[in-house]
Amino acid sequence: MGRYILRRLWHTIYVVVGISMIAFFFIHLSGDPVMLMLPADASTQEIEELRQKLGFNDPLYVQYWHFATKAVQGDFGESLYYHVPAMELITERLPASLELAVAAMLVAFLVAVPLGILSAVKRGSFIDLGSMLGALFGLSMPHFWLGIMLILLFSVKLGWLPTSGRGGLSHLVMPALALGMSLMAMFARLTRSVMLEVLNQDYVRTARAKGLKERIVIGKHALKNALIPLVTVAGMQFGFLIGGTVIIETVFAWPGVGRLVVQAIFNRDYPLVQATVLVLAVLFVLVNLLVDLLYVYLDPQISYLEEK
Amino acid sequence: MIRDLIHSPTLRLWQDTFRELKRSRSAIVGGVLILLIVGTSIAFPLFYRVDPLAQDLMSRLMPPVWQSGGSWAHPLGTDNLGRDVLSRILYGSRVSLMVGFSSVLVAEIMGILLGLFSGYYGGKIDTVIMRVADIFMAYPFMLLTISVIAVLGNSILNLILVLGISDWVTYARTVRGSVLALKEKEFVRAAHSLGTRNRTILRRHIFPNILSPMLVLGTVRVANIIIWESGLSFLGMGVPPPRPTWGRMLAEGRLYITDAWWLVTLPGLAIMMTILAINLFGDGLRDALDPRLRNV
Repeated sequence: MGRYILRRLWHTIYVVVGISMIAFFFIHLSGDPVMLMLPADASTQEIEELRQKLGFNDPLYVQYWHFATKAVQGDFGESLYYHVPAMELITERLPASLELAVAAMLVAFLVAVPLGILSAVKRGSFIDLGSMLGALFGLSMPHFWLGIMLILLFSVKLGWLPTSGRGGLSHLVMPALALGMSLMAMFARLTRSVMLEVLNQDYVRTARAKGLKERIVIGKHALKNALIPLVTVAGMQFGFLIGGTVIIETVFAWPGVGRLVVQAIFNRDYPLVQATVLVLAVLFVLVNLLVDLLYVYLDPQISYLEEK
Repeated sequence: MIRDLIHSPTLRLWQDTFRELKRSRSAIVGGVLILLIVGTSIAFPLFYRVDPLAQDLMSRLMPPVWQSGGSWAHPLGTDNLGRDVLSRILYGSRVSLMVGFSSVLVAEIMGILLGLFSGYYGGKIDTVIMRVADIFMAYPFMLLTISVIAVLGNSILNLILVLGISDWVTYARTVRGSVLALKEKEFVRAAHSLGTRNRTILRRHIFPNILSPMLVLGTVRVANIIIWESGLSFLGMGVPPPRPTWGRMLAEGRLYITDAWWLVTLPGLAIMMTILAINLFGDGLRDALDPRLRNV
């Protein structure tokens, strides 16, 4: 197990280094931020001085090296636009994004898993057909459009919920639902298919033959095994949630890192973009590591000791 | 020769697939819808000739025909500049479908080639390709596409390339997995022991066998790419104006959400119908090509 964790940590490190390189080189190829930082009538000398001061005249690999050595010490440089440390901006905005992502995941799980189980148990029934049709529609809706539709209905027409910003639960409902809808659809379909498979297994038949209550057979024997693929997909979809927040945060003016990074890309705010991409990637890799470790709890048959 | 062809397993697979597809209700509904959508996006100038860019400030924010104030001159109403919404949605369908299908083609070609090499040759090639794939997997997809578009500028070609290149990993991993399994099969081992060249084995024995999972995956990904493309357009990073796209129509319409519900509703419905059609067909195709997954 220890060796496995070490191997996974090594994997995390090279992935993060790789991502930092891609982010660094791509953003630097996108153009000169000095032109955006100075007034339009700045002289050539002023431009050159600022370039020199910020180190933009060095070769790219030298600039990357400077960036990487500072980054490992937690210093991602100062935002060129906001003139505060990039990390400070991210730590300020990250809780909002995480709140949104976790809420979306929760909404998706809480609705989808019971629906999926019910569909599997009552296969072919009205509930099954209805929820699977709903899931198909959920998968087919762009989440930002669903967000706009929710605003149109609940804010503009009915006036029940605020259109934008972050605050209490009323602010969170619509963005979380919009972001979580396609996950919900995916989880419902997956839960149904896995449950159908599990319900045909011998151990479920044995549990029923023992005379256990159906609630216990499904809740304890079947569901725990059905959870393994669900957790895998949930972990993999965390990346989707991060990508999804970028647009949903724009729709709902949610003050998270997604909106921050889109603005930073438009402003060519190098340090901020690099830092955000890195933080999000590290989060993604850590979530995946966590998911792998969760398997051990969910499925004792999986043993990492025997791995090479 | 002809008898060989008739009895070829690949041909039989396609015949079986077609027969299964005809049996699947979702595949038929999805397929008909896709044909309708693609057909309309190609042929609409024959029956609806309204310029999607023509502005008419006298009839701006006109509602659809079934609402009071609407007119048959603009069946789905007009936007804030008096441009015809129906015509813009029809033009937008071309962009979405073109970007969707072309990006998947780029991703499939890249993913299949890299997956084949990675799985078949193994060793260092495999390690390098899979490590790069790991990095791509962890890179937030949306940020990758936005940052590359910011570098290259937004044009249809760039969008197709960026979305395609960002999406190769899923294909490469699936192909690699299939190749690893196929490598151990008797027919591949037999070809190998007869001295068949690697390139020939890859082309004649392995490639035909990975086509069906690639087709299923490709169908699912077309839907995803169309959603991503509309998202990028929504953020202002998609196909540049004045060409109408569904995503940008939504972004522009959002500013008039209180007065003109049709501007934020109808382009989204167009996206949803297209994705729904592709998903329905994809479900049917998956069942037809992989009977193990049927009814699951």
